[in-house]
Amino acid sequence: MSEPLLPPIGMLAELTHRCPLQCPYCSNPLELLKADRELDTKTWLELFSQAADLGVLQVHLSGGEPTLRRDLEQLIAGLSARGVYTNLITAGVGIAEGRIQAFARAGLDHLQLSFQGAHPASTDCIGHYPGSHEKKLETARLARACGLPLTINAPIHRHNIEDVPQFIDLALSLGAERLEIANVQYAGWALANRDRLMPDLAAVERQADIVAAAREKLIGIMNIDFVTPDYFATYPKPCMGGWARDAFVVAPDGTVLPCHAAQSIASLRFERFETRPLAEIWAHSEAFNAFRGTEWMQEPCRSCERREVDWGGCRCQAVAIAGDAAATDPACIKSPMHAHMGMLIDETQRKVTPIAGEPFIRRRIGVFKSAASSLTPSARPS
Amino acid sequence: MRVPGPKPTVSLRSIPSLPKHIRLQFDPVRQAVAVLAPEQVLWPNEAGLDILRRCDGRFTVDHIIADLVTEYDAEQEEVAADVIAFLQDWSDKLLVKL
Repeated sequence: MSEPLLPPIGMLAELTHRCPLQCPYCSNPLELLKADRELDTKTWLELFSQAADLGVLQVHLSGGEPTLRRDLEQLIAGLSARGVYTNLITAGVGIAEGRIQAFARAGLDHLQLSFQGAHPASTDCIGHYPGSHEKKLETARLARACGLPLTINAPIHRHNIEDVPQFIDLALSLGAERLEIANVQYAGWALANRDRLMPDLAAVERQADIVAAAREKLIGIMNIDFVTPDYFATYPKPCMGGWARDAFVVAPDGTVLPCHAAQSIASLRFERFETRPLAEIWAHSEAFNAFRGTEWMQEPCRSCERREVDWGGCRCQAVAIAGDAAATDPACIKSPMHAHMGMLIDETQRKVTPIAGEPFIRRRIGVFKSAASSLTPSARPS
Repeated sequence: MRVPGPKPTVSLRSIPSLPKHIRLQFDPVRQAVAVLAPEQVLWPNEAGLDILRRCDGRFTVDHIIADLVTEYDAEQEEVAADVIAFLQDWSDKLLVKL
């Protein structure tokens, strides 16, 4: 290692893979875990306590749908008692009466609510859940009524990219102080559905102009976080702020990961909390050290002046497109695979179907089962 | 897009405060004061912290400037410009209420 190991700042806790929605771009792995594989309350609390000792200042409580955990209030209270900043990332449907208020009382600091569409028809269609848009509006109102600050998260793809102005109006009308216009990144479920989700270049460019103008007008009123789509990029993003640099992810069964998609890199072995303390995993796990810092880099990253800006980009995208987890992220213009990424965009544009007829592979537990060396769909539901 | 009013602007009469969900907190691991905010952690320098610690809804910007002029034994104009620019920047990022 060329630099000293720093403590992590953030942790993404995927409390469960269960979710009432079936979004075709879910960031969970293809092989979803059932409820019986989830850590129990006591283990999560012990893990959070070790995370706080290690230097974690913010925990993002996510899933699946984290509110399906009946012990969520307890988990929030445990984090809050340690002074850890808590962020609940929810789809906002099926939350029992009184629970949002209970989360606030337990010390929740912030709530991030997803909207799959800016209109009821598209929200309900993408999440495959009738009536979900209305329920989300109600969740937003309840959160604001008990004083919780609100971020609206809008995952963007071909079927809603023209609705970005409506997403901005929706977030403003709900009193959100942050809006994430987050273009879908093509890993996991989104990779399986890439042909059915990828926007075209003209739409991406229109979107960038709209967001830039809105950001300027809304300074001091609402922050817009714009996550641009990698496939149209010139340089890659510093994925997770750099591999194992200041954040990590914990899967529902306690597997500690450098990023939420890291299990798509078949050559890596990951460790579970319970078998080893968190501090040891952070410092010594083979998977964490595999791409930490800059020593592992090949050319063109190795001698690039941006190597400590983007840290080589996304390892999962490198393995998915270049076939080598240590390769330069193909999103980078310096990657020999960059032109190939452009060809992949063209391929996705050959057949564009209206959303109602789109044959999405729906995110559901059991759709993909682990084969000997690869993941294959065991069913192809609509 | 219907923009709900103009953005807040710092004046000498503004009374800045930190919103409830923005926390100034000492981190024993890094031995430094962090600002915890939605999806971000910031590490202001000493001068920034001296301003933020006074953003508790009790003092006007005018008062904060006078206080810091004494504490730093510095020029009034210089301190005023720094404090106003800092607070406007933090208000623009929704980290300080005016």
